[in-house]
Amino acid sequence: MSVYIEEPRYLTAGESCVVAEFADEIDRGANDAVMELKRYMTGQSEIPIIECLPTYRSLAVYFDPTVVSADDVVRVARKAPISVKSDAAAAMTEISIPVCYGGEYGPDIANVAEHAGISEEEVIKRHSSRACHCYMIGFMPGFAYLGGMDESIATPRLTNPRTVIKGGSVGIAGKQTGIYPIDSPGGWQLIGRTPLRLFTPEASRPTLIEAGYEVRFVPVSEEEYKKIEAEVAAGTYKPLITEAK
Amino acid sequence: MELIVKKAGMLTSVQDLGRWGYQSSGVPVAGAMDLPALRLGNTMVGNPENAAALEVTLMGPEIEIKGGGAAVFAGAELGFSVNGKEVGSWNVVLLNDGDVITFKGPRGKGCRGNLCFAGGIDVVPVMGSRSTYTRAKIGGFEGRALKNGDVVKVGEPSPLWKRTGGFNIPEELRLTQDPEAPLALMTGLQEDAFTEEGKKLLFESEYTITAESDRMGCRLEGPKIGHTEKGADIVSDAIPLGAVQIPGHGMPIIMLADRQTTGGYTKIGVLSPLSIEALVQKMPGNKVRFRKAVVQEGADEQKRIKDAVRRVKELYASYVSRPEVKAAAAAAAPLSTHFRLTVEGKSYDITCEEIS
Repeated sequence: MSVYIEEPRYLTAGESCVVAEFADEIDRGANDAVMELKRYMTGQSEIPIIECLPTYRSLAVYFDPTVVSADDVVRVARKAPISVKSDAAAAMTEISIPVCYGGEYGPDIANVAEHAGISEEEVIKRHSSRACHCYMIGFMPGFAYLGGMDESIATPRLTNPRTVIKGGSVGIAGKQTGIYPIDSPGGWQLIGRTPLRLFTPEASRPTLIEAGYEVRFVPVSEEEYKKIEAEVAAGTYKPLITEAK
Repeated sequence: MELIVKKAGMLTSVQDLGRWGYQSSGVPVAGAMDLPALRLGNTMVGNPENAAALEVTLMGPEIEIKGGGAAVFAGAELGFSVNGKEVGSWNVVLLNDGDVITFKGPRGKGCRGNLCFAGGIDVVPVMGSRSTYTRAKIGGFEGRALKNGDVVKVGEPSPLWKRTGGFNIPEELRLTQDPEAPLALMTGLQEDAFTEEGKKLLFESEYTITAESDRMGCRLEGPKIGHTEKGADIVSDAIPLGAVQIPGHGMPIIMLADRQTTGGYTKIGVLSPLSIEALVQKMPGNKVRFRKAVVQEGADEQKRIKDAVRRVKELYASYVSRPEVKAAAAAAAPLSTHFRLTVEGKSYDITCEEIS
């Protein structure tokens, strides 16, 4: 695993996409470089671009290959001035996500406990003990990729992905943790579920968590889960969002 | 014109060329599975290439027409018929009030197509697209596949729609793919995460499409592709259309229209656009093979698709202005067409009349 911000790798991704990669691991500096390249590519007017998709560590640039070539895209991307900053990001907005851990809500919590060699209670404690940083939204509508989870509970994905996972499920995949915003297939180890709606297409702001947020998981009982679930359905639940300095 | 859905068919949904520009919010592109067929079908009825159509899967819907218009079925041969009389694919048919569209069933040559109406399907665009993404209930008709009893509106057709009846295009412009040909795989992305033996196996073996395949991805079963010590998991990155993803179980999954924007499994490469078209016409149980291809091949195919669309536009223009139809139209009544043009909030009424 390494970070190569000064010498990004340009990967072939079919005829209509080029991926500029700055690291093969989760790295805040690489993520900053991705955002810088995204700003440059969307701001430049030398070649037309369809869409830029930033991820943790790479930027996918989609284009029409009947208008520009992959070589053109790489040539322009190389011109981007990338000035990587340190991890001095200040704490910003923190959102609390209530989670009912274990049982039918988190059927894989035993896998995670066994992998870490600790009890299920300790998995819950470590998962909710520190806030995680939202690096990007991706994979599906409103899915927040979170970094900074306690690495002692890191667990590989399931080797055979599930075909259906309930929306709101909280999972672990390697060093990442996240929440499935809607019902979907996937391979994350499921440890709990939140009653909150992560994605509301008809709302003016369709995603609950935004890139840059700090996300804190708060353990709740099944009773509390059901109470919040009813409030969410009635539209009376207000998520706890605090501004920190 | 309105479409009264008597029977929805197996899986019928509103799709255009996809919802581009929102992947950074995690919103998948969706759109038609057979993109070249949609572009060609729309062109045949005088629509912009990106107009919305009904994507029909295997067993088509039964639709009663309210009003009048023109339609073409672009894609696999699924027995497209009007009032019981088979029209077939790639033939434009004029529709009258009360006509009933049915599908007689697949002929063993593909399983999908786009029912394109002159004027396009008129649903409210969501984030710039009319495509249906059913998993998040976004876009299309109420965010879902059509159901019995739905009434779907068709937009204002091209003024020349009455002249399109009987228009068809030659075989070579339909871009129908040979189902026996191996799929062109442009290697790249995480290809170094696979063992040499695994890569050799992928290009030398036959794979079977499993029943778990859908609009999101096509799952294959066959010889297991091994990963190097790097493993099958990566820090999630972008998933382009046609990406061949291979998780820890070693079985390829080809990512299609409803794919997630990003994912964390290793990808060995991406299928070429016409190989994607060949694949989406296949059904569970069908076999596929792969061959190694370079990116230039994919770019050349995109040019070929664009050229075919341009050629169809030319044929359409000649068809609607052929002498006999012009003479007949002039004899019946002078063609007059009304437009309402809105420029910066001001509306102008414009009338066009044919004088020769």
